[in-house]
Amino acid sequence: MNMIPDAVREFKPADYKSAVKPVWCPGCGDHSVLVSFQRAFAELGLPPEQIAIISGIGCSSRIPAYVNAYGFHGVHGRSLALASGLKVARPDLTVVVASGDGDGFSIGGNHFLHACRRNIDLTYIVMDNRIYGMTKGQPSPTTEPDWDTAIAPGGTGLSPFHPLVIALASGANFIARGFTGDVGGCAKLIIEAIRTPGFSFLQLLSPCVTFRPDQQKQWKSTVRTAVVPETDDPGRAARRLMTDDGFNVGVLYRGHREPYRPHPIADLDPARLEAEFEV
Amino acid sequence: MTDAPKFSSVAEFFAQALAIEVEASERYEALAEQMEVHNNARVATIFRKMAAIEAEHRKEIARRAGDALVGGRPASFSWTGPDGPEAIDFSDVHYLMTPRQALMLARHNEERATRYFEAIAETAEDPEIAAFARTMADDERQHVVWVDRWLEKFEADDPDWDADPDPPVLSD
Repeated sequence: MNMIPDAVREFKPADYKSAVKPVWCPGCGDHSVLVSFQRAFAELGLPPEQIAIISGIGCSSRIPAYVNAYGFHGVHGRSLALASGLKVARPDLTVVVASGDGDGFSIGGNHFLHACRRNIDLTYIVMDNRIYGMTKGQPSPTTEPDWDTAIAPGGTGLSPFHPLVIALASGANFIARGFTGDVGGCAKLIIEAIRTPGFSFLQLLSPCVTFRPDQQKQWKSTVRTAVVPETDDPGRAARRLMTDDGFNVGVLYRGHREPYRPHPIADLDPARLEAEFEV
Repeated sequence: MTDAPKFSSVAEFFAQALAIEVEASERYEALAEQMEVHNNARVATIFRKMAAIEAEHRKEIARRAGDALVGGRPASFSWTGPDGPEAIDFSDVHYLMTPRQALMLARHNEERATRYFEAIAETAEDPEIAAFARTMADDERQHVVWVDRWLEKFEADDPDWDADPDPPVLSD
């Protein structure tokens, strides 16, 4: 499990605000995610120096710059690879990975599968707006097949990726969905994801106000709290996720898999390692 | 009537009231930053002023709370509750929004806050909490009056307020 310190120091959400102003469009759901991060960290009492936020590329991946914590804005689709290395090397840190649906499920799709399989103690948060927003609105893996645009007239006709189903099949230990219209609800899910040992996957539906403005209005009235309570039975979870319409929010699966932990190397000699990697 | 939350102590009531003001002030600051980044200086100024008003209100509440809140927030307080009644929804803003629209949003939230504290005043079993809630409702009502005066300075919006000569375009 992540190291949750005793509440010796008390933190406020503002303690996690950096000096960098977000450049996201006003109205974007990612602003809510940022506040949810701050609230969740304050509630958990995590000192900023014990948090690392790792991201890839895209609108959502700008978030490390906006949080007062360690951060690494990495390369496209590779946030999970970076975060896995960091967590294995520094298991004492709370490592949160931020991504979007393009970065996380297309370019980083393979890393997603294997991060779930490895079950390293990471919290993976994907801000899903069903579009590549930063590069001007191309369809992403989660875009509906009939979303009609100039770049894909009549829609792509392609079946969308189902990230929660994939996460379950690949071995993620915690699977949940939230909606950025509910900041407190997102904060609660982030807390649950961080507290649950192993690989936690949280899909946050985060509308793109610029390229899909109608989506935001639709999602506000479509999302609902999942009526079925969370389960630890993968079979039940699979059935509910396979029939899910993508708008049930809450914790949908929480398993009991032991997270991956590297074996400590007793005789690790930094000088020998340095020699081995010398170029 | 707004569903009134229940408080087990005066300290808990003040912790919630302070959190609402902190959240409102920080939300206005965040929205002001968004508008600055998107070159909407007029609305940024309004949100910045609203942030200052809420921050002043927070100080006043802390003064009223006095010894009731020694030692910080009560153990029952959580940062994971729903957005408070004075916090503007992030999805309600637009990069080209007008000062009038910004003030209308502010007014809406001041009214929500008034109703929130009125409901507490009407239902609280502890007379001390009810009295403090009435004072809070009076404060919020006064904020509505201020915003109304401010609104008088602005004419009705142009119907094409959101027309952007260089709009964001989908790739094609």
